[in-house]
Amino acid sequence: MSIEVLKPGLHTSIQDLGRVGHYHLGIPPSGAMDQMSLRAANLLVGNTPGAAALECALMGPELRFTEACRVAACGAEMVPKLDGERQPLNEAFIAPKGSVLSFDFVRAGARLYLAFGGGIDVPERLGSRSTYALGGLGGLDGRALRAGDRLALLPCSSRIPLRRLPEQWRPRFDAEHVLRVVPGLYEHRLSPAGRERFYAETWRVASEADRIGYRFKGDQPLEFVPREPPFGAGSDPSNIVDACYPIGSIQIPGGTEPIILHRDAVSGGGYATIATVISADMDLIGQLQPHRKVRFEAVDLPTALEARGEYRKRIAALERHFAPD
Amino acid sequence: MSARYSFAGDEFLFVELSEEMKLEAFFRSISITDRLRREAIDGVIEICPANASYQVRYDPDRIDGNQLKALLERFDTELAGNRQRTLHTRVIEVPVFYDDPWTRETLMRFRDRHQQPDATDLEYAARINGYDDTAAFIEAHSATPWFVSMVGFVAGLPFMYQMAPRERQIQVPKYLRPRTDTPRQTVGYGGCFSCIYSVRGAGGYQMFGITPMPIYDPAGAQPHIDASMIYFRPGDVVKFTPIDDARYEVLDAQAARGEFVPRVMPYVFDLDGYERDPIGYAARVKEVFA
Repeated sequence: MSIEVLKPGLHTSIQDLGRVGHYHLGIPPSGAMDQMSLRAANLLVGNTPGAAALECALMGPELRFTEACRVAACGAEMVPKLDGERQPLNEAFIAPKGSVLSFDFVRAGARLYLAFGGGIDVPERLGSRSTYALGGLGGLDGRALRAGDRLALLPCSSRIPLRRLPEQWRPRFDAEHVLRVVPGLYEHRLSPAGRERFYAETWRVASEADRIGYRFKGDQPLEFVPREPPFGAGSDPSNIVDACYPIGSIQIPGGTEPIILHRDAVSGGGYATIATVISADMDLIGQLQPHRKVRFEAVDLPTALEARGEYRKRIAALERHFAPD
Repeated sequence: MSARYSFAGDEFLFVELSEEMKLEAFFRSISITDRLRREAIDGVIEICPANASYQVRYDPDRIDGNQLKALLERFDTELAGNRQRTLHTRVIEVPVFYDDPWTRETLMRFRDRHQQPDATDLEYAARINGYDDTAAFIEAHSATPWFVSMVGFVAGLPFMYQMAPRERQIQVPKYLRPRTDTPRQTVGYGGCFSCIYSVRGAGGYQMFGITPMPIYDPAGAQPHIDASMIYFRPGDVVKFTPIDDARYEVLDAQAARGEFVPRVMPYVFDLDGYERDPIGYAARVKEVFA
């Protein structure tokens, strides 16, 4: 059983839930940027929630199936077509032997998760099949898909009926999003006016928005507190002695464009980080298209933990919903 | 020295030990993070020591963040009087082809992002650090040993701190705007840190040369690199040795065949001994290969 890649799409990579425990040596977690949609797509085809699937950014791939295959697409609104015929999103369907799967242009959201019955069969590297393209690790030869690639699938034993994903587990695509952050880290390096502006501003997603980081554009630079640079930090007021970067942390090099580091993050560097997106809101970032409007809302740690609890309850409920009874 | 604790979202605790870079802060970071690793606390997921700070990723469903913070504060206090002053580590010789054709070709493509577009990175670094020419600068860069004070940015990239009195340390600003390309295994420099780029990609450090020694091995083809895929660890001591193009070709061919054997010696680094006489101490480190 294999799938031929006729066209790779804009950036399509193999991802699962990611790898943990290697960030101290510079290897980031990787894995699906929108983890809920990955889980949903897998459950729809009868896989375990963390099976390896395709993450397709903004423009979908074109694939041919050498055998009949159970398929589900969740996440961004990119309508799948089998030999030109529209198929449902958020609902499993069967791709017959020899059929070609393609996609309409993306209408909302940024990343589609495409799961296949059995899950994609590539070797686990450091405990995960996820692609970390910067380090050439995992996935298919450590890189995004190319035309001519062939994807093997693990055996599919699922006999579950073709099911549909209820609304409550689909991403929401609002005109303007609010990302909740816990302020801290080097926030004190921003001037009070700079800090105020960071939270008041409506930011727009820049075109440089990928798995490493999401960059945002605003009206004018944010001010840092002037200072005598500490030894080893570098001369710009936004510089620090190189330190670790938490996943979800926000840095503003030179005060101009905030960057949120995501699942392929660089693990450290010399820019002051000023806040961290709460774990429950990280999925949302993966669905932000360039030019979307975003505001940042400061929350405290108990609020972040409460949101985390709710997110985990949603995952548990999703798995119960699809549990064989 | 006090420590500054900051929660980063709901999964990370960040701890700054010093705003400025100093070996004392690095040793403190290594002491606390080693202790935390040995205690194998349930819910602690990743322990990341850095130059003068560290970070812990934890699962708040298994360990409360404030409990973790209290634990780290206790380790810091307990270790304060009895801080690790010696480090059982290794000295690693890293051969460097300085002023090589590949970094030279790359730097020429990005002159518009550089402080001094009419000079090479080496010429610029030599001039602002007061050296007569690039030969004298290369001599200074390879004469002292270096401490791997952090591993990261991208997979396996070592940040290295020079074993020299502060007034003698090389300092070079990063590029005005980062390059979009850097050859794999480029020896770079930014602020007070040397680094080796483990993968090809973007970078903002000045480029001095290239090493034939593989330092990151996702394919599992290099016998000197274990299953972690990464060669360097914080605390390693590095000695750069200049090599010429002929020697580079030989070593690079060995690396391509998976036959590169680095020169490595076990070593006990003594912080007090170093601080009493950094110049003499640094000179003696190199004698392990004698």
